[in-house]
Amino acid sequence: MGKNENTTTTLGYKAKIKEFVNDFGLPRLIIAGFLLALFILAPLVGADLPTQITNTINRFSWNAVLVLAMVPMVHSGCGLNFGLPLGIISGLLGATMSIQFGFSGPMSFVMAILIATPFALVFGGGYGWLLNKIKGGEMMIATYVGFSSVSFMCMMWLLLPYSSPTMVWGLSGKGLRTTISLEGFYDKVLADFLQIHIGHFSIPVGSLLFFAVLAFLMWAFLHTKTGTAMTAVGSNPSFARASGINIDKMRMLSVIMSTWLAAVGILMYEQGFGFIQLYMAPFYMALPAVSAILIGGASVNKASITNVIIGTFLFQGIVTMTPTVMNSMIHMDMSEVIRIVVSNGMILYALTRKTEGSK
Amino acid sequence: MSTKQKKNGSNRIVELARNNSVPLMFILICAVCIPVSGFSPGYLLNEIMTRLGRNAFLILSLLIPIMAGMGLNFGMTLGAMAGQIGLIFAADWQIWGIPGIILAMIISIPISILLGIFCGKMLNRAKGREMITSYIISFFMNGLYQLVVLYMMGSIIPIMHSSIKLPRGYGVRNTVSLLHMRQYLDNLLAIRIGGVKIPVLTLIVIGLLCLFIIWFRKTKLGQDMRAVGQDMDVAGDAGIKVERTRIIAIVMSTVFAGLGMVIYLQNMGNISTYSSHTQIGMFCIAALLVGGASVDRASIGNVFLGVILFHLMFIVAPSAGAKITGDSMIGEYFRVFISYGVITLALIMYEAKKRRAKGKAGQMLQLAQDEEAEN
Repeated sequence: MGKNENTTTTLGYKAKIKEFVNDFGLPRLIIAGFLLALFILAPLVGADLPTQITNTINRFSWNAVLVLAMVPMVHSGCGLNFGLPLGIISGLLGATMSIQFGFSGPMSFVMAILIATPFALVFGGGYGWLLNKIKGGEMMIATYVGFSSVSFMCMMWLLLPYSSPTMVWGLSGKGLRTTISLEGFYDKVLADFLQIHIGHFSIPVGSLLFFAVLAFLMWAFLHTKTGTAMTAVGSNPSFARASGINIDKMRMLSVIMSTWLAAVGILMYEQGFGFIQLYMAPFYMALPAVSAILIGGASVNKASITNVIIGTFLFQGIVTMTPTVMNSMIHMDMSEVIRIVVSNGMILYALTRKTEGSK
Repeated sequence: MSTKQKKNGSNRIVELARNNSVPLMFILICAVCIPVSGFSPGYLLNEIMTRLGRNAFLILSLLIPIMAGMGLNFGMTLGAMAGQIGLIFAADWQIWGIPGIILAMIISIPISILLGIFCGKMLNRAKGREMITSYIISFFMNGLYQLVVLYMMGSIIPIMHSSIKLPRGYGVRNTVSLLHMRQYLDNLLAIRIGGVKIPVLTLIVIGLLCLFIIWFRKTKLGQDMRAVGQDMDVAGDAGIKVERTRIIAIVMSTVFAGLGMVIYLQNMGNISTYSSHTQIGMFCIAALLVGGASVDRASIGNVFLGVILFHLMFIVAPSAGAKITGDSMIGEYFRVFISYGVITLALIMYEAKKRRAKGKAGQMLQLAQDEEAEN
């Protein structure tokens, strides 16, 4: 009897491990292992570990909000938001207009968010309406909505009547520059707020707090009545319809939220990075965010705040660590190749998992 | 009854306009841009002829997956990579001219087949979202392509010639010159009619592929593909090996894309090793859609109409944009915007149509059920 019990417990143990691996996903394990190896190897090959960790945390704070923007749309069953550039454009409009209207310092950041908001609402509304028309084909169309909006804005950046001398081309006096320095505006306003220095470490507490607030709000929202309804729409549309939830309205709301978060996300990115990048820069910004949340354990129709945090950390860790470690190990900078293969491989893995292939 | 028929008639016109709205829109854009741009008809005709020879083969490679119901094959980039690898080897071995072109094609075929099988297997695991998956596959493979070309060529795979190898000892240079291969295929048998060069041999090759596709549609395999494209479950029940058929469709498309890329690059005269292939899928797909194709239906006629209209826009847009707005960049961005816009529009129309059809089927069912209930 006792022996029997024993075998069942070991069996249960084994099954648990297997379940864990299945649940966590092999690629995710490999990526986590790879990053761990990088952290262990870094001091051995002579890279400065504290600096590396600081960089990773910094980059985490730049990108986390963009990754968070994925969550609402995944919850409402709209799939991965490949149309992130649309939200980014709202953010860029906010950023450039805030500077154009003469705001500076921390105020320019607040104003950028405020100005970006109506754009995000309008663009997100239109985008949501479109996605409601084409249920089932969201991801491909989202990608191309992003691309077309970016290339449309390329013309607009040249044509819109911007005149602030910090932003336009010096020679002709019109048309925005490709990169605009944020010095004197909101360069590192959040990162420098309450920043902690310990030896070589420095932690941008302000940025992390800002992300934490947004993430908490998102978490809280998902636990409200509307939030649960949104999750219901994503996980079981017919059940949601039966219980009287307006599916189109929920999806619309999730798309608007996602677009607004993308707008705030790009502003966060800019304040850390120190520059506004225009024209073709937002073109491929959706892919890193998509693969980050997938690396964190999300799937095409399931995502949580934990996935965002883990995923962004793992992804940014690999992006920051590989160049230095690889360079000092084999004197070859293969980081770009590794980044492409890892990030797109992860998306591919998520898209081709048979269990979720039904949707 | 007669009113119903009338209604059907007007519906048909609306349907026709709706089905061909993209080509109509492009004819309009071209009609506005051509006079503004100020190019002579002779110049335009010559350019169109060149671009027809350059691109038609690549675009034709997209037809077979559409037939098999797999949508627009964004994974044709994989074939383009294979073609480039073939050309790099041919250039490295200093085999030029027509033999070089043929050698490059031969090298590209096995690579294309391998990549095609990989792509097909992946797409079989992602039924219903083939397009986004093939799109991501092209990005993923681009990473592996860089790994091979930038790091393994010269260090593991022998590359002899210093004009191709990077000075650091491994990796291929950013541009590989195909000067001794440039337009060899186009110039052989070329004839000039009133200043317009017609690359007869290239057109013959393209014509052969068209004939092959027409013939292929009538074979058993071609019929199977169409059945799979119509309905996978029904085709499976009828004893067709659905997954295998789908893989074959993708492999064929990839192989043709590889051959097409060799034709494309011999016309261009050099390879941008790390960027030639990245945009090719987008431009080919945009051109096909401009020709009036949709995600589930495309013909050879769409290909040729598409090449002509799309590239006409491509030639005239920059200078027309510069003349209208006084900024040359506007036209550049405009044509990029149009390329993406067309794909977006076509995808939206396809999905909306699919939903409408579904709705209609539902209504019919409802009607039938009501009638039954009445009886």
